Amino acid sequence: MRETAGERWGRRIVLTLLTLFVVIPLYVMVTSAVKPLQDVQNGFTWWPSRPTLQPFVDMWSTVPLARYLVNSLVVSTIAAVCSVAVAIFAAFAVSRYRFRGRGVFSVTVLSTQMFPGILFLLPLFLIYVNLGNATGIELYASRTGLVITYLTFSLPFSIWMLVGYFDSIPRGLDEAAQVDGAGPLRILFQVILPAAVPGVVAVTVYAFMTAWGEVLFASVMTDEGSRTLAVGLQGYSTQFNVYWNQIMAASLVVSIPVVVGFLALQRYFVAGLTAGAVK
Amino acid sequence: MATSTTAPDADRREPRAGSPARRPARRPRGPRRSLLPYLLLAPAIVLELAIHVIPMVVGVWMSMLELTQFHIRDWSTAPFIGFENYRATLDLNSAAGKELLHSFWITLAYSVLSVGFAWLLGISAAVVLQRPFRGRAILRALFLTPYALPVYAAVITWSFLLQRDTGLVNHVLVDQLGLLGERPFWLIGDNSFWSLLVVSVWRNWPFAFLCLMAGLQNVPGEMYEAAAIDGAGFWRRLRSVTLPMLRPVNLVLLLVLFLWTFNDFNTPFVLFGGSAPEQADLISIHIYRSSFKTWDFGSGSAMSVALLLFLLVVSAVYLLITNRRRDDHA
Repeated sequence: MRETAGERWGRRIVLTLLTLFVVIPLYVMVTSAVKPLQDVQNGFTWWPSRPTLQPFVDMWSTVPLARYLVNSLVVSTIAAVCSVAVAIFAAFAVSRYRFRGRGVFSVTVLSTQMFPGILFLLPLFLIYVNLGNATGIELYASRTGLVITYLTFSLPFSIWMLVGYFDSIPRGLDEAAQVDGAGPLRILFQVILPAAVPGVVAVTVYAFMTAWGEVLFASVMTDEGSRTLAVGLQGYSTQFNVYWNQIMAASLVVSIPVVVGFLALQRYFVAGLTAGAVK
Repeated sequence: MATSTTAPDADRREPRAGSPARRPARRPRGPRRSLLPYLLLAPAIVLELAIHVIPMVVGVWMSMLELTQFHIRDWSTAPFIGFENYRATLDLNSAAGKELLHSFWITLAYSVLSVGFAWLLGISAAVVLQRPFRGRAILRALFLTPYALPVYAAVITWSFLLQRDTGLVNHVLVDQLGLLGERPFWLIGDNSFWSLLVVSVWRNWPFAFLCLMAGLQNVPGEMYEAAAIDGAGFWRRLRSVTLPMLRPVNLVLLLVLFLWTFNDFNTPFVLFGGSAPEQADLISIHIYRSSFKTWDFGSGSAMSVALLLFLLVVSAVYLLITNRRRDDHA
């Protein structure tokens, strides 16, 4: 099928406009991160005329960025790993077994993802605070509390995507292993998981991104010691100064790992969405 | 969300799996075997109960308590007042009710516009990137980047662009193009709504793009060939082949995007630094601010529950209408 001239030009125009829309903020982020403070405070310039890497040095001392970074790393990593572990078992059950409540489980889990976060925020806040007062289990303002909260946030979508992946693995493989005397867990770990590695990796990255980017609960459930990047980055705007160049430098640094991870795995997300969503 | 469009049905890949549920089940051997799926699900169920279901029930209960700052330290002392919180916050003649209604309309307009534009950009990109050409992979990765960025990094960057004196937007509009005589404020006043909308579209359209791109991979190329042989032009192919084939994706995508934007907290919270101007006072921000400003969690919960009920009704009506339309077509 040949492309007409009109279609070709239409495509070029659409792509140019979209590219500009996407690229301009990214361009500003990168170029402002290498400008001295004076140059971001005295009106906008397209080109960094006096490029410097100083903002990447100063950003660590203006706010305790290292602590926020460690907090975010610890919370997001543990939440992602736990979320995927839990999701693998759940997805295995949903994909390979017919049991009472299977449909109810799937629908309930998915619909919780659609509920307003603010609905859970006030009760969870009170539950965490009161639990801490009553039993001494510190969930409020602790990284543990954040981990538990975040791991459930990514759980529904992780389960959903993994079910799609597991379904695409032929049952013949299970049955062959079963004939060889393998139990369900051996089938899961030796047959299904090895075949679903891309899906598992994609879901892990998704869970990590969810925790890494969460703002609402982080702004209420953390204190100075457990603060994550999501809230911590706001510390660059002080009463006296807004360190825009350092904000852009810090934003760049905290974005690169997730963006690279996501883009490297994007085709597995597409595959997962095709398997899970598009039906 | 109770439709086959979203429930993760198994067996989809198997050619003869018309009705997966009635397929002969894997025969359980003994009672231990039939318990297994529940054991596998147990961790997920416990977590869902602890973080989603129980707080939701507690939230409904809180909405019926006089849970003001005097009782917040020990909520067992808060008196039960039934639907009083609902009456007070949803009373459209009171100041609080008027503010809530205002916030509701703002949120509705924001969601509809944001979803509409995000979908439009998403489908445009998906369609023009459908056929292979040099540089396609790079563009695809680039277009997904706004979605991959942590939301705060993306929104903070936009708030820099929208600064009155040092931002790019005013630099281009006022200094370079001379379209406006005076530098407008973008983050306070009437403009703030449009700023919020642009930022939200920038963040969300890649998700629409990703889903639509996944959906287009399921459209067999022969359908386009056949349409082209029949003399169908670009728009005709879009209307008669692409859009009908994307219908299942669109059904889910539009609902999910709508619910996400309607509940959106992150974008306004980061863009306006926690104090959204009234023109961009989205409902999540409104509930958050009124709850933590006055420590009146009872009425905050009442508003949250009302919001949830509204979204449930909208979702149910949407699914009913779209399912009936699908039956008509069948």
